[in-house]
Amino acid sequence: MKLPRWIHQFGSPKYFYELSLWLSRWVAIVCVICFVCGLYGGLVLAPADYQQGDSFRIMYIHVPSAWMSLFIYMVMAVAGGIGLIWRIKLAEIVARSSAPIGASFTFLALVTGAIWGKPMWGTWWVWDARLTSELILLFLYLGYIALQSAFEDRRVAARAGAILALVGIVNIPIIHYSVEWWSTLHQGPTITKMDKPSIHLSMLIPLLFMVLAFKTFFISTLLIRARSEILEYECNASWVKQLLGSNNVTK
Amino acid sequence: MTPRKKRIAIVIAILAGMAIAAALILTAFEKNLLYFYSPTQIVNGEAPDSRSFRIGGLVMTDSVKRNKDTLDVSFILTDTINEIEVVYNGILPDLFREGQGIVANGKLDENKLFQADEVLAKHDENYMPPEVAQALKEAGAEIPHQQYDTTQ
Repeated sequence: MKLPRWIHQFGSPKYFYELSLWLSRWVAIVCVICFVCGLYGGLVLAPADYQQGDSFRIMYIHVPSAWMSLFIYMVMAVAGGIGLIWRIKLAEIVARSSAPIGASFTFLALVTGAIWGKPMWGTWWVWDARLTSELILLFLYLGYIALQSAFEDRRVAARAGAILALVGIVNIPIIHYSVEWWSTLHQGPTITKMDKPSIHLSMLIPLLFMVLAFKTFFISTLLIRARSEILEYECNASWVKQLLGSNNVTK
Repeated sequence: MTPRKKRIAIVIAILAGMAIAAALILTAFEKNLLYFYSPTQIVNGEAPDSRSFRIGGLVMTDSVKRNKDTLDVSFILTDTINEIEVVYNGILPDLFREGQGIVANGKLDENKLFQADEVLAKHDENYMPPEVAQALKEAGAEIPHQQYDTTQ
């Protein structure tokens, strides 16, 4: 199975390094705009909920973080798999750079959920299927990060990490469907269910802005992280030496 | 087999193996993964009787009885098919109200009363402004609430 030529070209660290600066800036601008719209819409324009009052507004952070925690894991596992099979350096870099961002979003989802849970449910934490599987996801991220720093050689670390990420991917559908398969304290899906979403439009639109803001935040942060990873990976390549001035590179 | 094809096969094998393992584990532990039992399951005797467990259902309208001097409260939990009476002594969560889904942790006593030592509110997946909820009510439409799947 051969990949098309353009993927290899885009995957070349030098080409990516040049493109990513431009890309990350534009994505960051989109992110800031969406953040402002989403926060203003969610905290000011959206009405209070008929049952939860103003407490429901924490979902403008909680829901996008929880979605991103799953999405970034998928990115990490797919990039890891591509790196494992086709040995594309950039895929390894993307997987490695995604992990801390994903771990942060998972942590944020768990913490905001607990803050929400105390007044709404009456407890910070319960061991139901949704909360437990999300906690396992955090441990998977932390395990991946620990594994990355356990190897001297980055290429070996990337391969080991990719296998862990692929093994852990089985948790993703479990998290998503946990509220449907089993009885949980966590409520069922609001937006992703097949019939019409059970959230009022005035509350939904700011949420969608926040989702977009979180997604673009991830892309832009990923690009910046990947750039610095590339420099470390490629510190012996001639283009990096040229870029930094050969005297500054000691390795 | 080229090395690359071999690696693809390994990745597919990992994914398939993990999927099968997870499916087997989750099927084996299905009962233990339920966070709560419905009143119907309890009436059918599926809930444990020696240890404490959780019950989930809707608080039946006009069933909440409070003691004026103490924190004692009793109410009926229903899944619209069967009912279980719950007694509790403590502070109820903010979202506790008639028609609301709740989860209680406790034990069944010999009179088939559920002695709860913890009551949690289970909020549902519906979000709407109060005016919309009011309009729905006035139009006679039922405000959507969490459906309790009694087939589980």
